[in-house]
Amino acid sequence: MELKEFFIYLFIMFGVTYFIRVIPFVAIKSKINNQWMKSFLYYIPYSVLAAMTFPAVLYATSSMLSAFIGLLVAVVFSYRGESLTKVAMLACIAVFLTELFL
Amino acid sequence: MKIFRKKLHYIRGLKAGIPIALGYLSVSFTFGIMAVSYGFTWWQALLISAFNITSAGQFAGIGIMLTPGNYLEMVITQITINIRYSFMSISLSQKVDDKFKGVSRWILGFGTTDEIFAVSMTEEKVCRSYYAGLITLPFLGWTLGTLFGAILGNVLPDRLVSALGLAIYGMFIAIVVPEMKKIKAVVYVVALSMAMSSFFYYCPMGQKLSSGLSMSICAVFAAVIGAFCFPVKEEE
Repeated sequence: MELKEFFIYLFIMFGVTYFIRVIPFVAIKSKINNQWMKSFLYYIPYSVLAAMTFPAVLYATSSMLSAFIGLLVAVVFSYRGESLTKVAMLACIAVFLTELFL
Repeated sequence: MKIFRKKLHYIRGLKAGIPIALGYLSVSFTFGIMAVSYGFTWWQALLISAFNITSAGQFAGIGIMLTPGNYLEMVITQITINIRYSFMSISLSQKVDDKFKGVSRWILGFGTTDEIFAVSMTEEKVCRSYYAGLITLPFLGWTLGTLFGAILGNVLPDRLVSALGLAIYGMFIAIVVPEMKKIKAVVYVVALSMAMSSFFYYCPMGQKLSSGLSMSICAVFAAVIGAFCFPVKEEE
């Protein structure tokens, strides 16, 4: 990739990501009252993360079986209310251990 | 006395950021490895992380960067993947104290991520010093992790790299599952979004769309359905 091309992309990415975070933060000073909008805002983080995770997670490691077991471990421990860090680490360890036996 | 209190808030924020930073280390390590495997140099990977601090947007972004001139797709993808930050910023704007305004919002607003947002929401009122402290270590973890991944990635055994591939998804799951447990409607929204994204992934027609675009279609559609079928009650 050309260097110029890289910096154009970097600039676009940074610009979009930065303003998406900061503009609402700076601009909104009053409470949002629209019920529908509030509901939509509430659901979108979860629907984004869900679409991003599945089915991509199944192909994130070198075998689908280890990825599936990692996924299972992540679901079980997050269901039990463990922290993000702990869940991520345990899922990785589960993948590692599974692949030792493959 | 006032400076002392500010310092205390900052340190409290720093401490709250430690687990986030540790989680980011492993995820950004994976990002560094992936960026290099895509043909980026270590400093390019580092710049991308330092300017964006966002997992999903960066992973999708480097895929788009491989094709020259895909600027519009980059804009659309970044908007759709990262639009959730707008919603978090809106929520955060309702929770900060009176002094957290003006320039401090322009600067500190940069550090809002899923995890930082989630932790800051546990505060009664979010003050500038606390938020600055909260951002510090995760930012360092994110950038340093990327650097280490980009430089050390190839010397790590394949088994370890493969295992770390699950870190980012582990984190996503840890954000979504507790909410599914708490609120039934989230289960339906998540299931719908996953079903749609599987359809796009496996169906030849859906494969024609870029992953960023199909992801946003799934996410927006599922959230719209959720908002119509299960409107959130006032107090939430």
